[in-house]
Amino acid sequence: MSKKPEQQEVETTGHSWDGIEELNNPLPRWWVWTFYATIIWGILYMIAYPAWPLINGATRGVLGFSTRAEVAADIQAVAKANAAIEAKLAAADLTTMSADTELQNYAVNAGGAVFRTNCSQCHGSGAAGAKGYPNLLDDDWLWGGDIEAIAYTIRHGVRNDTDDAHYSEMSAFGEFLEDVEITQVVNHVMSLTGQEHDAGLAATGAAVFEENCASCHMEDGSGDRDQGAPNLTDAIWLYGGDAETITATITNGRFGVMPAWGPRLSDAQVNAVAAYVHQLGGGE
Amino acid sequence: MSPSDNQASLYAAREPVFPRRVSGKFRFLKWWIMLATLGVYYLTPWIRWDRGENLPDQAILVDLAGRRFFFFWIEIWPHEFYFIAGLLIMAGLGLFLFTSALGRVWCGYACPQTVWTDLFILVERWVEGDRNARVRLWKAKWDFRKWRLRIAKWFIWVLIGLATGGAWVFYFTDAPGLLADLLTFNAHPIAYTTIAFLTLTTVLFGGFAREQICIYMCPWPRIQAAMMDQDTLTVAYRSWRGEPRGKHRKAAGADQLGDCIDCSACVNVCPVGIDIREGQQLECITCALCIDACDDVMDKIGKPRGLIDYMALTDETAEKAGKEPKKVWKHVLRPRTILYTALWSLVGFGLVFALFIRPEIDLSVAPVRNPLFVTMSDGSIRNAYDVRLLNKHGDDRVFEMTVSSQTQLTIRLEGSEDGKSVLVPADDTLFQRVYVIAPPENAAANSKITELRFWVRDTVNDERAFTNSVFHGSGR
Repeated sequence: MSKKPEQQEVETTGHSWDGIEELNNPLPRWWVWTFYATIIWGILYMIAYPAWPLINGATRGVLGFSTRAEVAADIQAVAKANAAIEAKLAAADLTTMSADTELQNYAVNAGGAVFRTNCSQCHGSGAAGAKGYPNLLDDDWLWGGDIEAIAYTIRHGVRNDTDDAHYSEMSAFGEFLEDVEITQVVNHVMSLTGQEHDAGLAATGAAVFEENCASCHMEDGSGDRDQGAPNLTDAIWLYGGDAETITATITNGRFGVMPAWGPRLSDAQVNAVAAYVHQLGGGE
Repeated sequence: MSPSDNQASLYAAREPVFPRRVSGKFRFLKWWIMLATLGVYYLTPWIRWDRGENLPDQAILVDLAGRRFFFFWIEIWPHEFYFIAGLLIMAGLGLFLFTSALGRVWCGYACPQTVWTDLFILVERWVEGDRNARVRLWKAKWDFRKWRLRIAKWFIWVLIGLATGGAWVFYFTDAPGLLADLLTFNAHPIAYTTIAFLTLTTVLFGGFAREQICIYMCPWPRIQAAMMDQDTLTVAYRSWRGEPRGKHRKAAGADQLGDCIDCSACVNVCPVGIDIREGQQLECITCALCIDACDDVMDKIGKPRGLIDYMALTDETAEKAGKEPKKVWKHVLRPRTILYTALWSLVGFGLVFALFIRPEIDLSVAPVRNPLFVTMSDGSIRNAYDVRLLNKHGDDRVFEMTVSSQTQLTIRLEGSEDGKSVLVPADDTLFQRVYVIAPPENAAANSKITELRFWVRDTVNDERAFTNSVFHGSGR
């Protein structure tokens, strides 16, 4: 019957530290069964799920589970959930889109993703541009900074082979002008933004400028967005505003190219990127 | 020892324990503690607390999806998790305090494992009878009666388990709504899974595993052992008074016997199945039921109570030497317990203080680093900041932002009509892009770094908050 409550000797392991002996109590039986259960679980898991690495992959498991398939299903589910707003975005009127907060938020977030994938290689992940690649954060725009103009530039690009691309060309004036004339024009251009210049050279340079440059850059140097001619009177320089760079620009010309993204992106994506770029801080 | 004995001793089956019913002052106390703790656990989710129309009206609610914790008038946001950490520290220090003063008093009285096991044993006793009947039933063949009693017992256990798991999920969603959903099978699968899992563990731990949890799974007993010393009050047997024990009081030489009549009452009521007369053992949860059992017997045989009693090691030594033991308050009030109490109170006061100085509005500012600054066409320098505005009020508020620094800077909030104010929704945060602009000749535009301070003002009650940041100039 019930065990007598008396001192029961427990076997020791024979280890003793400062007279404290280590008892060799048996494990509880349920613990052992739990241990066996985990082994069985492990075996079943290896059968059910991908487990063993092979040369070209791994065992597939009878449940056919795959993380790739799960991601694909997730993407499909998200695409399905977004189908309605994507359609709305593709058909949206860009100028009034920002009034619809939900659509605008969606467009800006989606546009950010498209931008980082397709545009950041030239314009930078922060859209700050680089030498020759316009900074999209500032308020200076070569081809127009309202959202429709931005969308047009994205869709058709600049100086590429497509028919509707923005097109203009700055000639290499080194072929037409003497070196001294170029120096004069450089000094005139630098005088426009109040940089250090030679007043005498600049005065003669003004005449050369009016003859050769004003047709695109305007007489006052304020540029022309219809021709993508940069404003030379502001603080922003696409290639650089020092004498050396301006000399190089005038001598050799510039021919910055941007691909047409219309054929590569969907309408919704173009609208999304336009909305994203427009709200970066310089949109008009 | 033969090899076969060695084999057999590798693991051992659980010795079933059949605690006998007992009554006494500790049992009485434990019934009330059980009633209070279970009552608090099961009923708390049903307490309502009106917080206005935008916020839930459940007094205690852990809103995981909304990342909010509601406790009556207090609302904790994720960034205020230090309150929870502080409460956990207080719980830890409280446990240290109680353990150093009263040993495993948590285990014996308030631990959920003990409370639920007590409840399960109560059911067991109600269905199958007291100790002797249960031992008989355990040994009996599996006939109709045994099946009937076992199934009845298990059924009630499962009901308790369901109520336990059920109460748990109510802490995470609006309780009345969830109950209706649960009953109409419209609740989220996670709710059902949680209830099923907790039902299983409750029945398994309270009904079948019981003292095995305390002995083999719980780390607390091992840690608690390090917090006890010679002044800690634990349950002990006055062996110098009880020994030599003997049943036969009328036999010759009975006058040589101690007070213990070896009736096994203390062993029979023990929920962990030990004999307290063997001294302190790691299984003992100091539930004090053996004290009740022994006092009862001492009363019957006309001996003084306290053969088994709350006692410290120093008392034992003193009494054996024939001296007076220390007073109880001297065991409880010692430098160690006073230190724990002081620490506990310190953390407590700190938390209450932090609670009172907690702002209702706040902002965090992250300067945009890609790029550090943008040159505008007029030559001014613009920095962008990602600002998160917090409105802890129960209604929408219009916040106004300003910037202050040594030089004159202009602030503009993206998408704001007047460039400085923005509507922040009730009990929510708003992500806001903010621009700060320095004119071309400004010192900030031309130096590398200028310190500045963002202010946010609640236009309703004029409450303000600020945070410091920096402005990056062109560094020319």
